[in-house]
Amino acid sequence: MRVVIAEDLALLRDGLIRLLQAHDCTVVAAVDNGPDLHNALTEHKPDVAVVDVRLPPTFTDEGLQAALSARAQIPGLPILVLSQHVEQLYARELLSDDTGAVGYLLKDRVLDIGQFIEAVRRVAAGGTAMDPAVISQLLARQDQSGPLAQLTPREREVLSEMAEGRSNSAIAARLYITEKAVSKHINNIFTKLDLPPSADDSRRVLAVLAYLSSTKMPPA
Amino acid sequence: MTTTHHRTHRPGPLTTLAYLFLLLSQNTAALLLTPLILASAILTLVWIGLPFVILTTTLLRTLANAQRRTLRHLLPHRPVPSAYRPIPQGSVLRRATTLLTDPATWKDILWLTAAPANLLLIAIPTALLTHGLYQILHTLNPTAPLYGLYTPHTTTQTLIPLLTGALLTYLAYYTAPKALHLYLAFNRLLLAPNEKARLTARVAHLATSRANTIDTQAAEIRRIERDLHDGAQARLVALGMNLGMAEQIIDHDPATARDMLTEARETTRQALTELRDLVRGIHPPLLAERGLDGAVHALALTHPLTTTVNVDLHGRPADPVESAAYFAIAELLTNTAKHAHATHAWIRINHGQNRLVITLTDNGTGGATPTPGSGLTGIQRRLDAFDGTMNITSPPGGPTIVTLEIPCALSSPKTLPSSETD
Repeated sequence: MRVVIAEDLALLRDGLIRLLQAHDCTVVAAVDNGPDLHNALTEHKPDVAVVDVRLPPTFTDEGLQAALSARAQIPGLPILVLSQHVEQLYARELLSDDTGAVGYLLKDRVLDIGQFIEAVRRVAAGGTAMDPAVISQLLARQDQSGPLAQLTPREREVLSEMAEGRSNSAIAARLYITEKAVSKHINNIFTKLDLPPSADDSRRVLAVLAYLSSTKMPPA
Repeated sequence: MTTTHHRTHRPGPLTTLAYLFLLLSQNTAALLLTPLILASAILTLVWIGLPFVILTTTLLRTLANAQRRTLRHLLPHRPVPSAYRPIPQGSVLRRATTLLTDPATWKDILWLTAAPANLLLIAIPTALLTHGLYQILHTLNPTAPLYGLYTPHTTTQTLIPLLTGALLTYLAYYTAPKALHLYLAFNRLLLAPNEKARLTARVAHLATSRANTIDTQAAEIRRIERDLHDGAQARLVALGMNLGMAEQIIDHDPATARDMLTEARETTRQALTELRDLVRGIHPPLLAERGLDGAVHALALTHPLTTTVNVDLHGRPADPVESAAYFAIAELLTNTAKHAHATHAWIRINHGQNRLVITLTDNGTGGATPTPGSGLTGIQRRLDAFDGTMNITSPPGGPTIVTLEIPCALSSPKTLPSSETD
């Protein structure tokens, strides 16, 4: 797997390079600022890019902007964004082009190496990896009397796992239930939320995320 | 010197007339106050006048302030500020001394002595108008001799007062704005505090707001220190201990060592979470990355109430202003969610006349008052450092409208280097 890394702190950049190289990835470019990231993305067209939100020269959301503009040129270019904080606003912007192949995780998640590598692979394969913090914020904002209130606790768990971007088998493994039970829960969720059923994993995630973030959304 | 403003805000003839009568009454009051002031001055020579001095000087201040308010109505863009030293609590002697040593008091007295001149100035157009109207009205109904002297016999003679009356009325119309203009310039000169008094008042305000700012910041720094000391720092110590122990036992007890490493990872995660919360309280990362616009939108996204945000800014305020505005909005939104029983909140942010203006409205039950120690007072204190103001309209039953104004300039919008390289 060919990877581009953008991280301005040398310590973290080297750590990420080592981590990814240890898991069968080839780091084709490791950059430390926004303009270089944009060039690396458009030039190498990597299988996946791991990008820090805040990069020089402005130390604002340089990394995110570079990733978004590269994705505007190359639709569906897989990008996994890492940040010290997660914001609904950024999650929405990453998901807005509706092509999937995006991830948005707290830097803390790197500590759980297995989960992190799994998320990188998922994004590279066109899937989604949303931080649990994003999902729990979305769920917390929901109206208590809305359709979400009709979900059983188990269905809510499945919904969170699904919204983070996991496949049926991954959800089954994490919740210690069978894959058949997972797909039954998912069918119930889609019926209760009145969403069109979808066999495709990544389309399904996007539908759920769109549903969660559209309700009670102030007009922009 | 006030011509340009005067021309742009020239009041109509009837308004001018109303103002003339208002000024006439104020100056008559001033004239009546003069003997009282004189009497109190004389009585002070035999000590018993001191309480009397306090009374008359306070009356004089009230009158002078009424005059300043009238002048502000006439010259809305060049208000005449008052700059009195605050009257201390305490003995009569102390209060009287403060009043008498305040240069503003002596300026007021100077203004008082000018009352006859002022009256004369306003009396000119008023007298012209009165005589003009009297002569015109007399022509219409000539029962008694005009002024008791002039009895017209022919039609031509009857019409002469009509002519002079019209002339006098025109003269009144012509002179009134000029007299008013002169009056304004003269009284502005008398009533405006001199530069020294204005600066003294300004310094007093700055000293208070600086002390408040330092207090607030010191308290913030203490809180951050405590959070770091009890949180992240302690966790890093625990982390180091865990790693050290794992290193010692890894050869002969790999299973326990593995547990300790897992624990170390969990400790790291907790330390990161604590640091993240701390950073959010110091300066929200989104504010640094997206400015007030993005940060307030994000605040609305995660707020329990449905919140409509409307931002109209062409550029970014300075960092400290941005931060103060953000925390004020966050605090107000928290207040709304906690106390207002509202279902919807509206935030409007714009910039005009060198002021950042923020309006927060909710459809709650109202009754919000800034009591000492409350969040609202805290906001007011923090805005003070920027000469900012907070205005709360919150009648019982709602709605609540809070307006924040902070004087500041906007920087030109940042251009992203990534778009420059394209």
